[in-house]
Amino acid sequence: MNALYSMLMEQGALPPCRCTVSFVSMIRLTKINKSYRIGQHALHVLRDVDLHIKAGEMVSIMGSSGSGKSTLLNILGILDQYDSGDYYLDETPIRALSERKAAMYRNRFIGFVFQSFNLLPFKNALENVAVPLYYQGVSRRKRNRIATSYLDRVGLADWAEHLPSEMSGGQKQRVAIARALVARPRVILADEPTGALDSETSYQIMQILEEVNQSGITVVVVTHEHDIAERTHRIIRLHDGRVQTGDPVPVRQ
Amino acid sequence: MFDLDKWQEIIANIRANKLRALLTAFGVSWGILVLLVLLGAGSGLENGVNRNMSGFATNAVYVWGRRTTLPFAGMLPGRWVRYDNRDTEAIARTISGIEHLAPRNQLGGFRGGNTVSRGDKSSTFSVYGDYPQFIRIQPMIISEGRFLNHIDIVDRRKVAVIGKTAKEILFAPGEDPVGKAIKINGVYFTVVGAFTSRQRGEGGERHAQSIYIPFTTFQRAFNVGDRVGWFAITAQPGVDAERVEKDIRSVLAARHKISPDDEQAIGSFNAKKEFDKVQNLFLGIRGLIWFVGVFTLLAGVIGVSNIMLIVVKERTKEIGIRKAMGATPFSIITTFIQESVMITSVAGYLGIVAGVGLIEAVDKLGIENDVFANPTVELSTALIAAAILVLAGGIAGIVPAWMAAKVDPVEALRSE
Ligand SMILES: Nc1ncnc2c1ncn2[C@@H]1O[C@H](COP(=O)(O)OP(=O)(O)O)[C@@H](O)[C@H]1O
Ligand SMILES: [Mg+2]
Repeated sequence: MNALYSMLMEQGALPPCRCTVSFVSMIRLTKINKSYRIGQHALHVLRDVDLHIKAGEMVSIMGSSGSGKSTLLNILGILDQYDSGDYYLDETPIRALSERKAAMYRNRFIGFVFQSFNLLPFKNALENVAVPLYYQGVSRRKRNRIATSYLDRVGLADWAEHLPSEMSGGQKQRVAIARALVARPRVILADEPTGALDSETSYQIMQILEEVNQSGITVVVVTHEHDIAERTHRIIRLHDGRVQTGDPVPVRQ
Repeated sequence: MFDLDKWQEIIANIRANKLRALLTAFGVSWGILVLLVLLGAGSGLENGVNRNMSGFATNAVYVWGRRTTLPFAGMLPGRWVRYDNRDTEAIARTISGIEHLAPRNQLGGFRGGNTVSRGDKSSTFSVYGDYPQFIRIQPMIISEGRFLNHIDIVDRRKVAVIGKTAKEILFAPGEDPVGKAIKINGVYFTVVGAFTSRQRGEGGERHAQSIYIPFTTFQRAFNVGDRVGWFAITAQPGVDAERVEKDIRSVLAARHKISPDDEQAIGSFNAKKEFDKVQNLFLGIRGLIWFVGVFTLLAGVIGVSNIMLIVVKERTKEIGIRKAMGATPFSIITTFIQESVMITSVAGYLGIVAGVGLIEAVDKLGIENDVFANPTVELSTALIAAAILVLAGGIAGIVPAWMAAKVDPVEALRSE
C-alpha cells in the first residue's frame, strides 16, 4: 500500500501530502453493496463501492440527493450494516459486530456530526458534550471537566449552561462537534454538517473541522455544496450508489 | 450495582417529561392507595366486629326454650318449652365438658326492660337473675365493689351489681354507689358493685344498662318460682362447644318430651360457631380486598408499561442519538427498566403515604361501633406492597426497555 502511494506520488498523481496524512489506511471499503427492502422490491443504494481513506485525511463525499451518501456514512460509522463486501476500519474488519462491540467502536473510535445537530434538547451544552463520556463510565466531575475544555475549544465556554433551544444553528453545530471530539475519536464522520447553516457560519464550521483534521483526526464530510467540498483534500463523488472514478486530484493547493 | 450517575440521568429524563411522569405515577399511586384503604377498611371491620365479640367467651353456648312444632308422646305442637331448676341439675349432672353453667332469668323476659329508681332518679334497665359464674361467661370489668358471690345466692340477698350507664343515671358523678339502695320493681336492693362492659359498640351499650341480682333472690322476689329463663354455658378448654350444645339440647328435649326431630323447640346459640363463621368471612373479605387491590395496582402498572412504550416511541430519536454516541443495548435496557422502577416506586411510595395517612386520619376520627373500629395497615403489609411495586415496575419496564434497545439508530436519526 505504501509503495503504491509513493509510486503514485512520484508520478504526480497525488499531492505532496500534508504531514498529518500518513500512509496508514483508516477506512478501506471493497465492493460494498447495500440495498433497502421496500415491500417486494429491493432498492440497491450502494453498488460495489470501493473506498480508501488514509489516516489523517480530510475527504468529502459529494453526490446528488438520494445517491447514497448518508447510507455510506452510516456504514462507515457502524450505525448501519452492509450486505456484501469488506470494510476495514483501522485495519480491523468490521463485519457482523455484536451490538456491544459496535457501540464500543462508535463510542471510542468515531465521532458523528449531523446536519440537524441531534443534540439532546433537555440537556445543556455541557451535558450534551459529556454524553459519550457517560457511556465510557467516566465520573461526572471528570466528564464535566473534559467537556468544558472541548466546549472551550469550539469557542462556547460561556454557553455551557445553555439549552440547545437557546443557541443558534452554528453554535449548536459547534456543540455537536465538541461532542464528537470529546471521546478523542480517530475519525469524524459529518453528514452535511453545514446543510442547515448560512454560508458564513458554514465556513466557521469548516474552519473548525479543518483544525480538527490538523490535530490528526481523519475527517469525512458528506456535502452537496461545492465550496464546502473544495475545502477538503479530496472529493469522492457518488452517483447512483457508485463511486465516480477519475477524479482523485485534490482540490486544494 | 448502585450507579448514582445512572439514577441522576434517569431523574433528568423524568424531569424532562414531568407531566407524563406525573400522570403515569398517578395510576400507580391510586392503585396502592386503593389497596391500602381497602385493607385498612377491612381491618377496621375486623377490629370492630372482633372487639364486639371479645365481650363474649368464644366457647360460650346459650340455650333457651321456644314452642314445639311437632307432636310427641301424646302432646300437641305449639307448647311452650319452659325450664326450671331441675333442668339445671340435670344438665350439671349428666353432661361432661362444661366449665361454667349459669341458669339465667330476666325481668320481663328476654330483653325486657324494667323501671329501676333511686330517689327521684329512675330509668329503664335490664334486670337479670344470675349466678356468680356468669362473669366468667360474659367478662366484665368490676369498677367498684364486687360481683355477685356464693353467699348472695345461698342467703338470697337483695343485692345488685349495676352497669356503668345505670350507675351514671342513678348516681351523681363521683358518688360511690356501693352500699346505696335502689328500687327494682318495687323491691329495694343494695348495690354491692358496678361494672363496665368489655364489649364495644351497641352490644356494650346494652350491657352497660344491665343490673345483676342473685338468681335465687330473683326467683323469690319476682315470683317466678323455680323457673329458669335460659342457660349460659361455657365448654371446658379443649372441649368442642358444639358437642356440649348438642348434648344439652338432647337432655332438655328428653326431659320436656320434645320430638328428637323438633329442631325449633329449643333455641341455642354457639358463640364458637358464630365466631368461626365471622373469621371465615373476614378471610374471604381479606382475599377479596387483595384481589381487587392487586388488580387495581396491576392496572396502574400496565399503565406504566404502556406509557413507557409511548416514552420509547417518543424518545426514539434520543435513543438513536445515544446509540450513535456509544450507548450499549444493556445501558439502554437498564435505563428504561430503572426509570420504570423509579416511577412506580416513587408513585407507590406516595400512594402508601397517602393511604396510611388517610387510614390514620379515619382512625383519629375515632369511629367505633359494632362493625368498625381502629382501621390500621400493618407495616409489613405496606412493605409487601412496596416490594410488589418495585418488582412490578421492573416487569412493566421490560417490554419498553427491550423495544428501546431494538431501536435502529439509522431509522431513528432519519426521522425528523
Ligand atoms: N431505511 C431505508 N429504507 C428504504 N429506503 C431508504 C432507507 N434509507 C435510505 N433509503 C433510500 O436510499 C437512497 C439513498 O439514501 P441516502 O443514503 O439517505 O441518500 P443521500 O444521503 O445521498 O441523500 C434514497 O433513495 C433513500 O430514499
Ligand atoms: Mg443524506
